[in-house]
Amino acid sequence: MRGVLPPEVINLSPNVWTEPFWRAAAEHRLVVPRCTACGTYRLPPSPFCFACRSQAVEWVEHPGTGTIYSFTVIRHAVIPQVRDALPLVAAVVELPGTGGCRLVGNVVDTDPEAVAVGAPVTTDWYDVREGTTVPVFRLRVP
Amino acid sequence: MATLKDATAIVGVGATPYYRRGESLPQTPLEMAGKAVLAALADAGLTVDDLDGFALYSMGFDTALLAQWLGVPDVRFTAMLTGGGGGAAGSVGLAAAAIVSGMAEVVVSVMTLQQAASRFGASYAPRGAKGAVYAAPPSPEGDFVQPSGLMAPGQMFAVLARRHMHRYGTTREHFCEVALSTRANATRRPGALMREPLTREQYFAARMISDPLCLYDFCLECDGAVAVVTTSAARARDLRHPPAYVMASAHGGHGRWGQAITWFGMPDEYFASSGHRPVAQRLYRMAGIGPGDVDVALLYDHFSPMVLMQLEDYGFCPVGESGPFVADGNIRWPGGSIPVNTHGGNLSEAYIIGMTHVVEAVEQLRGTAVNQVAGARVALVTGGPASIPVSALLLHN
Ligand SMILES: [Zn+2]
Repeated sequence: MRGVLPPEVINLSPNVWTEPFWRAAAEHRLVVPRCTACGTYRLPPSPFCFACRSQAVEWVEHPGTGTIYSFTVIRHAVIPQVRDALPLVAAVVELPGTGGCRLVGNVVDTDPEAVAVGAPVTTDWYDVREGTTVPVFRLRVP
Repeated sequence: MATLKDATAIVGVGATPYYRRGESLPQTPLEMAGKAVLAALADAGLTVDDLDGFALYSMGFDTALLAQWLGVPDVRFTAMLTGGGGGAAGSVGLAAAAIVSGMAEVVVSVMTLQQAASRFGASYAPRGAKGAVYAAPPSPEGDFVQPSGLMAPGQMFAVLARRHMHRYGTTREHFCEVALSTRANATRRPGALMREPLTREQYFAARMISDPLCLYDFCLECDGAVAVVTTSAARARDLRHPPAYVMASAHGGHGRWGQAITWFGMPDEYFASSGHRPVAQRLYRMAGIGPGDVDVALLYDHFSPMVLMQLEDYGFCPVGESGPFVADGNIRWPGGSIPVNTHGGNLSEAYIIGMTHVVEAVEQLRGTAVNQVAGARVALVTGGPASIPVSALLLHN
């Protein structure tokens, strides 16, 4: 996979609220927490619904198709470990059907010039190491 | 309702020299803070015996040790705004609040910065990574951003800039105008770190750091300390300089602006903004004026596109129109309708997390600025577009 960070600089620290997301990610499934009380989605997962303050959530599977809301092409290494991975396309992707939830990740295996705001993407998975998988995106050819 | 309006004034400003990153050694950050505080007190015609308060922001420093070193007779107020650089201008509002409430009488707002062993440029790099000394500890929230490689504030603001370009048609030409106009102001400033003129050709030939932001869209990485002294309006009138009265100050922001660039979930309505809109409205309401009354704007310029978004959020032009607004020469000194960052800003003078902007506002209102706006009566100062709180300050003479 081209256009991702080396495993050594990816170290997750899930808590009880985010752990279901990462467990599903390790199975290559995208799940988004939805408030059981009022139906509002939220990302990243958090202890309270920002709309009704309920703490009850259910985890809803999402197909992982979305559109690029914005992005940057990282061309300078702020730490040396990143140098060989450049350029990196870091994108904010909006997930339809979630009331505007956004997911952040790399657009992989692409020419950065092909990336644009509004471009459709699918979610794929970068297996960093055993038990650690993070979402990435691929440009969807219409 | 009682407010801060006109009850206090900035009476003294002081600073160390501004240094390139690491060049302030072997001074410590706290030693530099002490030098800036003493300079600001002397500028006001006051001494440590008058000082009784500290109002800080962006994690501050150990006021206990500084008070111990300086022998402050009686510390009556020592507090700090939460958050980061967003609180710069608001630290003066905090000082004013302490004075108006009677908790203290002479309060100093200070920033001291030394980036020898640590750099803001890698603020969100994973802790333990080589070069990531500043790095935030891992967090469940950071897990949703950091694996994408976003680990520097400039990379993150580039995402906001790109959205602004997409939504409003803003271009790199507009970012360039911010960089060039700011540099033009710095070339006349003896203490500025970047005094060579910058051309449009140099701007577009510069290396891209995090597209769409190039080298000249980024502020400097510096060392130094800056302090400003605030006291009651009554006491201010007897001191050395004409007072710079605090017309209004506000801090905060929408809750769903929140951590802003470290979560990217802000509502679409103000995603491509500086986060300052609600603060600007409260600020003008407290002062009883509008943007048309402001003579000079000192806007926190860590990254050039964020100046554009603040011009919109503070009402100098409609939302989405800051690009054409700057292209028309409106932020230039002299002659623009609202000269911006006449001191050279964070981009070209020095980056001391926004406190240099407060100093410039005071000099403009005293009539002693290097790039003096003729007849300046009202100055706006803003803290960084950042996580909550963002903040602002209106001063008049
Ligand atoms: Zn709810």
